[in-house]
Amino acid sequence: MKRVLLLISSIAIAQVPYERIRDAAKEPGNWLTYSGNYQGHRHSPLAEITPANVSGLKVKWAYQFPGGRNQTTPIVVDGVMYITSPNRAAALDAKTGRELWTWERPVPKDYQSIGFGRVNRGPAILDDKLFVATLDCYLVALDLKTGQQRWETKVEDYKPGYSMTLAPLAIKGKVLVGVSGGEAGIRGFIDAYDAASGQRSWRFFTIPAPGEPGNETWAGDSWKTGAGSTWVTGSYDPELNLVYWGVGNPGPDWNGDSRKGDNLYTCSFVALDGDTGKLKWHFQFTPHDTHDWDSAHVPMLVDAPVNGKVRKLIVNPNRNGFYYALDRVTGEFIAGRAYARQTWAKGLDDKGRPIVIPGTDPTEEGNLTWPALNGATIWYSPSYSPKTNLVYVATREVGATYFKRAAEFKPGTFFAGGGERQIPASEQWGAIRALEPATGKMAWEYKLLSAPWAGVLSTAGGLVFSGSNEGNIFALDGKTGKPLWNFHSGGAVASNPISFSIDGRQHVALPADKVLYVFGL
Amino acid sequence: MKKLLVFLALPVLAQQLDTGKRIFESQCALCHGPDGSGGRGPNLRKAKLKNAPDEDVLKKVIVDGIPPEMPGAWQLHPAEVTATAAYVRSLGKLVVEEIAGVPAAGENVFANAGCVACHIVNGKGIANGPELSAIGSRRNAKHLRESITAPNSFLPDGFQILEVTDAAGRISKGVKANEDLFTIQLTLSDGRHASFQKASLKGLRRITGQSTMPAFNSLAAIDLDNLVAYLVSLKGAE
Repeated sequence: MKRVLLLISSIAIAQVPYERIRDAAKEPGNWLTYSGNYQGHRHSPLAEITPANVSGLKVKWAYQFPGGRNQTTPIVVDGVMYITSPNRAAALDAKTGRELWTWERPVPKDYQSIGFGRVNRGPAILDDKLFVATLDCYLVALDLKTGQQRWETKVEDYKPGYSMTLAPLAIKGKVLVGVSGGEAGIRGFIDAYDAASGQRSWRFFTIPAPGEPGNETWAGDSWKTGAGSTWVTGSYDPELNLVYWGVGNPGPDWNGDSRKGDNLYTCSFVALDGDTGKLKWHFQFTPHDTHDWDSAHVPMLVDAPVNGKVRKLIVNPNRNGFYYALDRVTGEFIAGRAYARQTWAKGLDDKGRPIVIPGTDPTEEGNLTWPALNGATIWYSPSYSPKTNLVYVATREVGATYFKRAAEFKPGTFFAGGGERQIPASEQWGAIRALEPATGKMAWEYKLLSAPWAGVLSTAGGLVFSGSNEGNIFALDGKTGKPLWNFHSGGAVASNPISFSIDGRQHVALPADKVLYVFGL
Repeated sequence: MKKLLVFLALPVLAQQLDTGKRIFESQCALCHGPDGSGGRGPNLRKAKLKNAPDEDVLKKVIVDGIPPEMPGAWQLHPAEVTATAAYVRSLGKLVVEEIAGVPAAGENVFANAGCVACHIVNGKGIANGPELSAIGSRRNAKHLRESITAPNSFLPDGFQILEVTDAAGRISKGVKANEDLFTIQLTLSDGRHASFQKASLKGLRRITGQSTMPAFNSLAAIDLDNLVAYLVSLKGAE
């Protein structure tokens, strides 16, 4: 009898309970959530690899993904790495890269990605399950040990354009997801599902319905096709029990004629109660956006001194070219400034609202504006290092001529109202920039040959890792930006680095094109 | 009944071509020329397009582009893509431009004026400048004429001449073949390949806006006509 009980209780022990993720800093050898911690830092507390020894970093193993360019952020726990590609997941031996199990879900023949690539940005882990969001808009729970499907829940119908490419965010007892579809005139939302059963706990619509506060910021019925996708993983403050999530562009993207008003909560951060999904506050970066400047970013939660007093901040280098520091308890604007070239606003007023330069909207003939539609930065992750007290962001320096066109809404079709033509490739560039968290003031920059598509990782060893379109995977000195190490991967890097330990030795992993490289000393 | 349908369809088609023309002029003309006769991109005033044998493929090319040179217009509405494709096809029905020269005579000019010292045609020549075996399917006569007499006016985006000083102080000059953050590759003027770690270099000078090709503006008018006609006739393996 005792034996049976023991067996049952050992099965019931959750492998990765919420508390382990909340206290991720206590086990730096694992990478337990999309951004490494709930605060969205993408910072590894590991310090074995340093500016002094990084030149000895070598490939330990590689893994080839099926399909196209990969954007996964792996989860690493207790010697196993979990990775995804579109509608596929796998568990790998973290020591060798050998597959332990794989799981696949067919993509329906009539599925279409409207306005984005067929990608997946990673899994989430909680208790004894791995969670994967699929292109055809299902949230799936897999058994950590076997890859067997435990449940699946339809989040939305993919036919009108809903889809998911993001890594879910697992908090206490719940798994949160957002949707893609900002170019299909969807009505965006953030959902929470019960991790054990897959039942929906709450839904927060990013576009308020008539009668709800904010609906008055949409002319007529335009809210119905207002988009406001939520396609990048949010962050979480366990003490405040607040979920922070970025909201995408309004629809149609480049023609705002039919949707006069600020178009809440598009191009905003929203702070939601983790238990109920109720809106605590919102901050809109780009009111009435006409340039496709989604605020689909990972919010970074940083405690930093402001006028001599440490405050709970939420900070964001935004796609629109401005850096913002807000109070994460109230949403109050604290500071902001341009961190990349922008030609559409004179600056920010004392509430953080952009002072828009008249005549910068897209036109029939075309209007040259910085930044281009893919922004001064985009979905890939920034990083915050408590060691250097700097925010690192891969910055894009690209302008574009924006065109306005007629937009006619038909469910399941492109609903954009225009487009852009970028400046010639030889005039585009980029940089890894280090910014002071409370102000956005630049400490240093490392110039890139082209506008990047890869995020950054900072480490307690004092390094910043990232990758380039030209195929370099590189390490910079976190204090100065000096390049210290480089590996030529042979493919464009369009993903986010992570760091973890194998047998107590620090490793760094980053996909380049369709190959995941794992480096160690 | 059938007649009535045709009658109704005509204004729709005209409107579609109008839409297509508008999009073409704003999005495609930069490379394919305002009239579709080519430039940086190929001439589209042809009944058959090499990369777009049928309507579905043509639409796919418009939406996805042809990496790395042609960007896709993925932002267009499907109706706009259809309109653009229809307009591109309508260009193929236009009269092909008249070319003054004689291709066979131009082949002699090509051989004697020194072109073979830098360009390969059908396996012959030296690969210092671009391969020209199929140049006639990518560039129109006007563009080729200007490229011969004023080579600096049509440099490919990102074209650079590099002057590299290595650790020993030796200077190498050549055309940039490729570059990443840490290394740079060039083709030297004698066709040899060279590769450098940037950190090991004493100097790296980039010369932009300048071709390595001399301007051939002293050619007799008839020779120039013939040379252009020859280049236009080079269609590659079709």
